[in-house]
This record gives sequence, C-alpha cells and structure tokens, in this order.
Amino acid sequence: MNTSMRHLANWSILGLTLTFLIGPFLIIILAGASDTEYLAFPPQGLTFKWYLKVFTVESFRASFLLSMALAVFGTLAALLLGVPAAYALNRYDLPMAETVRTIVAAPIIVPGIIVGLALLRYMVVPTGVTVTLALFMAHTALVLPYAVRVVSSSMTNLRADMEEAAVLLGCTRLQAFTKVVLPNIRGGVLAAFILGFVTSFNQVPVSLFLSGPGVRTLPIDMLAYMEITFDPSVAALSALLAFMSLAIVFTAERLLGFSRYV
Amino acid sequence: MSDAFVQLSDLTLSYGKSVAVPNLDLSIREGELIALLGPSGCGKTTTMRAIAGLLSPTGGTITIDGRDVTRVPANKRGIGLVFQSYALFPHLMAYENVAFGLRLQKLPEAEIKQRTEEGLATVGLTGFEKRKPAEMSGGQQQRVALARSLVMRPKVLLLDEPLSNLDARLRLEMRTELQRVQKETGITMVFVTHDQAEALALADRIVLMKDGKIEQLGTPSDLYARPATAFAAEFMGFENIFKVEGAEVVSANGRLPLEARPESSILAWRPDAVTVGSGPHEGRVAACSFAGAHREYVIDSALGPIKADAAIALPEVPLGETIRFDLPLSTARGLAA
Repeated sequence: MNTSMRHLANWSILGLTLTFLIGPFLIIILAGASDTEYLAFPPQGLTFKWYLKVFTVESFRASFLLSMALAVFGTLAALLLGVPAAYALNRYDLPMAETVRTIVAAPIIVPGIIVGLALLRYMVVPTGVTVTLALFMAHTALVLPYAVRVVSSSMTNLRADMEEAAVLLGCTRLQAFTKVVLPNIRGGVLAAFILGFVTSFNQVPVSLFLSGPGVRTLPIDMLAYMEITFDPSVAALSALLAFMSLAIVFTAERLLGFSRYV
Repeated sequence: MSDAFVQLSDLTLSYGKSVAVPNLDLSIREGELIALLGPSGCGKTTTMRAIAGLLSPTGGTITIDGRDVTRVPANKRGIGLVFQSYALFPHLMAYENVAFGLRLQKLPEAEIKQRTEEGLATVGLTGFEKRKPAEMSGGQQQRVALARSLVMRPKVLLLDEPLSNLDARLRLEMRTELQRVQKETGITMVFVTHDQAEALALADRIVLMKDGKIEQLGTPSDLYARPATAFAAEFMGFENIFKVEGAEVVSANGRLPLEARPESSILAWRPDAVTVGSGPHEGRVAACSFAGAHREYVIDSALGPIKADAAIALPEVPLGETIRFDLPLSTARGLAA
C-alpha cells in the first residue's frame, strides 16, 4: 500500500470513529430543535421552544431534583465507605483482600437489571422501606466500585512512612490521615466524586425497578414521558444533560487533570 | 550502666510468631552517635523502629532519660526519625514540612517562624522555604527531613540509612553535616546502616548486629583493629579468613603451613596484611587491579583465592604468572570460633 492510500485509510477510520462518537450527540441537539410536534430528524425548521418546554414540565423538575440528590448524596456516601476501604486495602496486608475487592466490584459486574430486580424483590417488597431509601442505597452501592478504584489508584504512591513521620512529629493516626493522606489524595477523591456523580445520574436499569408514585429518577421519567408523548422535548432534555456532563468533566479536567485518575 | 540515656533491657521484638530481636540489652550515653550496623535482616531497623515507638516490643523495656517509655505511643515519645525515603509531605513546601510538628504543638506563630527558619538554616537551606519536595534534589530533601526532626528538639534522633540514597560526593558532604549538627546540638543520635565504612566514619560507637543479637560493640577503631568473631572480621574488611589446624591454615580447597603454631582457632588477614612478592608460598595471579596507592591482587593459592594488596613500588606481576606471598602470623588477627 502506498503512503497516500494509508493516509486515506487512517483518516477514514478516524472519521468513522468520530462520527459514531459525536454523531448521536449532534443528532439529539438538532432533533430537539425541530419545529414539529413529533421527534424528527433531520429537523424541520428550527425552534428553541422544546428546550424551553423542558423547564416547564413539572415531573421533569421533580425527577431532576431527585436524580441530583441521589447523585450527590449517593456519591458522598460511597466515598465515605470507599475512601477508608481503599485506604485499608492499600495500607494493610489484609486477609481476603482479593475477595473484598471482588465483592466491592460486584455492582458493576452484575447486570443492573438483576441488581434492580433483586433489590425490589428482596428488599423493598419484604421490608417495606421507601423507594427513595432503596434508590439511595442502590446508587451508593453502584458508585462504590468507582470510588474504591479511583481513590485506590491515587493512593499507590503514598508511602506508609509518610504517616509514620507525621505520627513521630506528634500526630494521632487520625490526624496523620487528615493532615497527610487526605491532602495528597484530594485529586483522586474529587475525580471519584465526578465519576460517581455522572454514573449515578445516568443510571437506568437499577432505577427502573425502584420507582414509585411520584418517585422517579430523571432518566426513568424521560422513558415514561416518551411512552405517552413523542415531542422533541425529550431530545432537548437529553442534549441539555449531555452538555451538563460535558461541562462537569471539562471543568474537572481543567482543574485537576481528571483523566489521570480514571 | 548508670549513665545510660537510652537503655534497652531484655528487649524482644517479634513480627507475628517470628522473633526478629531476642533479649537485646543496649545502653546509649547522652550525646553519643551510635551506629547499628549489620546486614539486612539482622534486626537493626527493627530495633530502631522499637526505639521510635513504631513497633511494640513483645518483651523487655525501653528507658529514655530515666523514663520508661515502653508503653508510650510514638507521637508522645519525643523522638525524631529521618526516614531512608525522607518521607516528606509532598503537598507541603519545605517551610511547612519543617513547621509541621511545631504547628501541631500549637506554638505561637512567632516561635514557629523562628524555629523553622533556624532549622532550615542549620541544614543550609535558607532560601528554599517555598520549594515543594518534588522541586528539590535528594540531598536537599534529606536536609529538609533532618530539619523537620531537629526543630522538634527530640531527645533522640534516629536516622535510617542516612547516606545510602546519596551519590558519593553528597555522601561525604552529608556525613560532615551530620557530625557538625551533632556537635552543635549535642543530640543523641542512633543511625542504622549496612555500610561499615559509613559506620566507621560517623559513629562514636558501633553496635554490630547479626540475627537480632549484638555480635560486637565498640568504638570504630576497636572494631576495625580487633574484631572478635569471623563475622565481625568479615564485616570489617578481613577478606582472608581461615581455620587453623595445628600449625596450618585450612580451607575447603587445601592447606598451607604457618611459621609456628598459633593460639587462635581462626586467623584473619586484611588484604594489606598479606605479604606479596616474597615469602614461602606460591600462587598464580587470577586478577590484578590498580588502586592508586597499591595494586589489588587476587592470588589463586592452595587455599583458594587470596586477596592481597601490593605496594605500587613492586613491579606488576602479569595475569597467570606465579607470585610469591606469605601469611605472616605477626599481621594476623586471631578470632574466636
């Protein structure tokens, strides 16, 4: 093959890859702007009314707030469990460390459909806990693997003797952790938070089973909305959410080199 | 010993079921510079960690300045430790690293500033206050680590392999620096090393350890000139060590006669104690290297290889040629079995 043909092949592969990555994103942006009563692509006419309508749909507003709360508090709870777990797994030669790692990773290995069904069948139904609480626990569990993994990777360069040095200078073990360990894994914890937030916010299969009267996460609410109404506002909302995720990841990358940790 | 400043009595240190140091007794005087010397696994680092309080003994006591600190936690013991890896806090600049311990004591800001600046000045790092550890060389990082410990005015300063991570030039500089700091502050220092040259050059006394026990304890000149055992002799550079049978030295390879029957059961010669160029024995030159003031020969003899230094004035004997040598009783060191 001569050089120009190889160039052509390389550029074609790159072009196709980018099309598949960015194409759907462009399609929903444009579909959300279509001046029709139904979802259409290519868009016919351009309008912002569907983008504006999104903000007036009452159930979207409620489910957005629920999804936000789940993403924030679920991820915080996962970090509260995950940071100490990552610390212990890195610092100590624990018996069964591998088993613990596997169990912690389980929520991302087991298909979400099964996790959701199991939570509904064996937790919500028999114990009668509220759907909101079940959702919170499910999202915490789903984010936990990311929290442990990302925080772990930021801890590998942290040597035990740094904490011993802090102790010899007068720190308690806890102070050594807060004054020496935490500041040095700050980037990893923030990265884990962002990754966890996005994971939780976009979660569908588990949340699907954990819905109740008036309690739905945003993606599930969008599914429900589409079953009844097929106007472009769902595409508009999807585009807005994609922009929100992009903005978060972009800011994180700018502030702390997010991609180092993931 | 009544003038002991640091006293380890019947100290036993274990990891799980394996005993690393059994029943150790050691007295260290105030202001002394002590080296714990030995090969890896001899218990020297374990002993140091026990003095620091990072490892709880399974038996025995540790007394510092008249106070039993065996059960005192590491953060209340008032002991400094300069880690082999320096263990600086990467997120803090040099000034904050040094001030770290003082801040924990909630001292007034003026005193923290004064002592931190003093500490950095002591190790010659004035002007480096704003550098992060990653922006400093290994030698500078070690000085920060030293200053960080010194500003706490510890009763005892422990140093783990303080020179091993430095290149040859810095090593000499740091050695002088440590001696100067010790003289200026009068602080009691214990350092751990596997390098006999380092121990000989720095220490007031050397504790030579083997398998968790003290093999020999003495001043550098003591240990250098009068090692008591074959292990100590080997560590102090006696490279030719042979068993004695009657009036002969023997090895796995063979035997050679001595001029008389010695009293010791083991004899050892440094390379420079072997006579080269004359003498009753013959061997072949297996290796020869120029070392400035002398030539270092490896002689293939009836005993196996013998290391011998020859004065530069003697003509060089080429590889493979026959060379005469002697193992004189007058320059031999007699050792206990």
